[in-house]
Amino acid sequence: MRIEHDLSRFKQIVRGKIRQNLRKYVTHGELIGRKGRELVSIPLPQLDVPHFRYGKNGSGGVGQGDGEEGTQLGPGGESPGGAGQAGSDPGAHILEVEVSLEELALILGEELELPRIEPKGKPNIEQKKARYSSVRRSGPESLRHFKRTYMEALRRQISSNTYAPDSPRIVPIRDDKRYRAWTETELPEANAVVIYMMDVSGSMTDDQKEIVRTAAFWLDTWLHSQYRGVETRYIIHDAAAKEVDEETFYHTRESGGTRISSAYKVCVDLIAREFPPTDWNIYCFQFSDGDNWGEDNEKSLELLTDALLPQVNLFCYGQVESPYGSGEYIRSLEHAFGDGVSKLIVAEIENKEAVYPCLKRFLGTGV
Amino acid sequence: MSEAIFGHRSLTKADFPSQFDMATATFEPLPANLAEIQVRIEGYARDYGLDFYPTIFELVDADQLNAVAAYGGFPTRYPHWRFGMEYEQLSKGYTYGLQKIYELVINNNPCYAYLMRCNGLVDQKLVMAHVYGHCDFFKNNYWFSQTDRKMMDEMANHGNRARRYMDRFGVEEVETFIDACLSVEDLIDVHSPFVKRFENRDKYDFGKAADQEDEPPLPGRFQSKDYMEPFINPPHVLSAEVDRLRKEREQQSRFPAEPVRDVMLFLLEHAPLKPWQLDVLSIIRDEAYYFAPQAQTKIMNEGWASYWHSTIMTRQGLEPADIINYCDHHSGTLASSPNKLNPYKLGIELFRDIEDRWNRGRFGKAYEECDDWTAKRNWDTKAGLGRQKIFEVRKIHNDLTFIDEFLTLEFCREYKLFSFGYNPSTDAYEIESREFPKIKQQLLFNLTNIGRPLIAVRDANYKNRGELFLEHQFNGVELKTSYALDTLVNLHRLWTRPVHIETVLDGAATILSFDGTEHKTEKSGEIKT
Repeated sequence: MRIEHDLSRFKQIVRGKIRQNLRKYVTHGELIGRKGRELVSIPLPQLDVPHFRYGKNGSGGVGQGDGEEGTQLGPGGESPGGAGQAGSDPGAHILEVEVSLEELALILGEELELPRIEPKGKPNIEQKKARYSSVRRSGPESLRHFKRTYMEALRRQISSNTYAPDSPRIVPIRDDKRYRAWTETELPEANAVVIYMMDVSGSMTDDQKEIVRTAAFWLDTWLHSQYRGVETRYIIHDAAAKEVDEETFYHTRESGGTRISSAYKVCVDLIAREFPPTDWNIYCFQFSDGDNWGEDNEKSLELLTDALLPQVNLFCYGQVESPYGSGEYIRSLEHAFGDGVSKLIVAEIENKEAVYPCLKRFLGTGV
Repeated sequence: MSEAIFGHRSLTKADFPSQFDMATATFEPLPANLAEIQVRIEGYARDYGLDFYPTIFELVDADQLNAVAAYGGFPTRYPHWRFGMEYEQLSKGYTYGLQKIYELVINNNPCYAYLMRCNGLVDQKLVMAHVYGHCDFFKNNYWFSQTDRKMMDEMANHGNRARRYMDRFGVEEVETFIDACLSVEDLIDVHSPFVKRFENRDKYDFGKAADQEDEPPLPGRFQSKDYMEPFINPPHVLSAEVDRLRKEREQQSRFPAEPVRDVMLFLLEHAPLKPWQLDVLSIIRDEAYYFAPQAQTKIMNEGWASYWHSTIMTRQGLEPADIINYCDHHSGTLASSPNKLNPYKLGIELFRDIEDRWNRGRFGKAYEECDDWTAKRNWDTKAGLGRQKIFEVRKIHNDLTFIDEFLTLEFCREYKLFSFGYNPSTDAYEIESREFPKIKQQLLFNLTNIGRPLIAVRDANYKNRGELFLEHQFNGVELKTSYALDTLVNLHRLWTRPVHIETVLDGAATILSFDGTEHKTEKSGEIKT
């Protein structure tokens, strides 16, 4: 189909594979979806052909409805409903749709990918593991299911009136025999573990923790929809760090100072203990407001450089904007590593809206 | 192009059939029950006096319809990523249940229209009735009179030519050039098919000024006695006359002599392009002219089609069992969500308003000058001219003249229209006014030149260096600078010499330039308001 050809051409341009010069025109239109009470956007990349167009001060139009003069219709980002082009707009209504979590993750899936995932795992591990979980009518005698076979024979004899309660002799015939059967479960070829680290110190307000949890939640949702067999571990820290379960990670409230190195320490131990890098793809996501204790920075960077980065596939650091702190940690990271280390990705998250761009920065396919 | 109804009923995710080769497949003929409905609806339409080319309906599924819609209603176009993007948006919107195209019809002889297979029978009836409205409009509206009625074939030819060039000169090369052409596709003169802008010049006419290049122009004098000279030939009049003549002479020596609105034609005639490039440019230009009337008559066209589907369906088309479904979909099409103007709604209500006014004689001098409010409200001369009038309106008007002529104060009040604009201090769009003149002015502004800035070639030999100088005929609204600069880059690709556009930025006349390597922004001094 010809349209398929045009479509793949468009996708290649958007991904930056061809026509690099056009990429700067990529804008992200969106459809609005709804998940529970939250609105989510379904990204739709768009490429504009530049034309001579009116700018913002000419983007007025005529609308219909109630409201006083001065009533706001919508933020300045986009024209409300395209009514500015009353004459040429096809009357496309942007509507909200219910989207399930799985669908959302699928949508995200077109935009994101887990970078640098490699097939790892013990070479002697069987690819398929058998588990006896069902019963069949045929099989080797060694696997005969005695109880089921007896039941079948009994049932047959009763229903055919050959069962004598006085001398209960049950003789199974071929049709009665039941055998244990197995199903095969596939083991994931590439083992991956995702380790989340969150700063829960006093300088992190509830809003910021909310942002971090939103980001972690979406990462989690997406990862689980896309990759089977992903392990997840959670670490929280203030001045001291500990490994916690999912429930605690998403709901804990703590306060105290900040020592990022403590989290790194726990993380290094965790990797050493459970996830040897030879067998596992390791992804670390750290969130903090970057307000680390001054003398701890050096120690943190040291741990990161020597112990963490060599072992992990990817280390992402997301920094939320802090009303109190200096947020200097991101700068010391940038200063120490520059752009040279491709395993390390840093992003600043100013508010909830920035969560999605941040995810794309972490896991973007370049869309 | 397509006249697409984007209904907004949500649907469940549909299972698309796997790859379907549209290039080789012919659409199947209508099944008997739909063919029978078509005959009936067509009969009703003719009885009402609608006049249309033969109309062929094709039954397609959602994926095919999205593809056709992405191609602007045609089964095939020249290869370009833009269509892929459209398709992606349409099919994503459809998959997630955000939008659905109900119908699509092409201005062609015969007219082609598409019916979506999964639509219910009521929908198919509604769409057919709607389509006959469009077909009548295409055939009879004056603004469509110069469009190519064999565009279906022409588009296929365009596709073949572009594909051939891609085979010979490379996809990248041709696609890049198409992008550049698309950047100026709206720089056409929508009125040019109807007027003769330039007299054919005699090739021996070298202009009056040719021989007297260096002499100052001589003003005409009246005979007079010496003592009357200052009165009969006042010096300031004479010097004004000299200025006028000088300007005129300048005008004639300038190329082009008059500003040319059809920038694409100008490029075709004068830009140093290779033959295949000229052909591609002319393809894009032909298509731009073909699609222009549809943008010019969106409100009327949709209004007219909606008027007829509503008339035909409610009077003849509907079975009792269809009523609920019909009402649901009809109101979905005409729904005006808060703060949005729906061209379908505006169009149909204006046509109904006109019909009502001419039925009751609410027009003309006596009615306009009547000061008595109650008399005016109950005005009814039983003129009964409504039907006749709307047929006349659909023949001669386009959206601009339609709104100018028929949008009334009463209409604005009844439909709660308002004008809105961008307020930089709050960074938001706000309702600006509910005053009738302002609303009308705003709407007319949005419709003028299809809502695009007026741009013309003023000088093709700027600074005597063969540079292209465009002027933006400033009307109070500034250009979007980032887009303008990028457009200049594409224009430079066509003209191959430096290009400039004079416009107004931040209240000052400004010349934006691109010389092939870098942009320059230069204030030309004079302050314009």
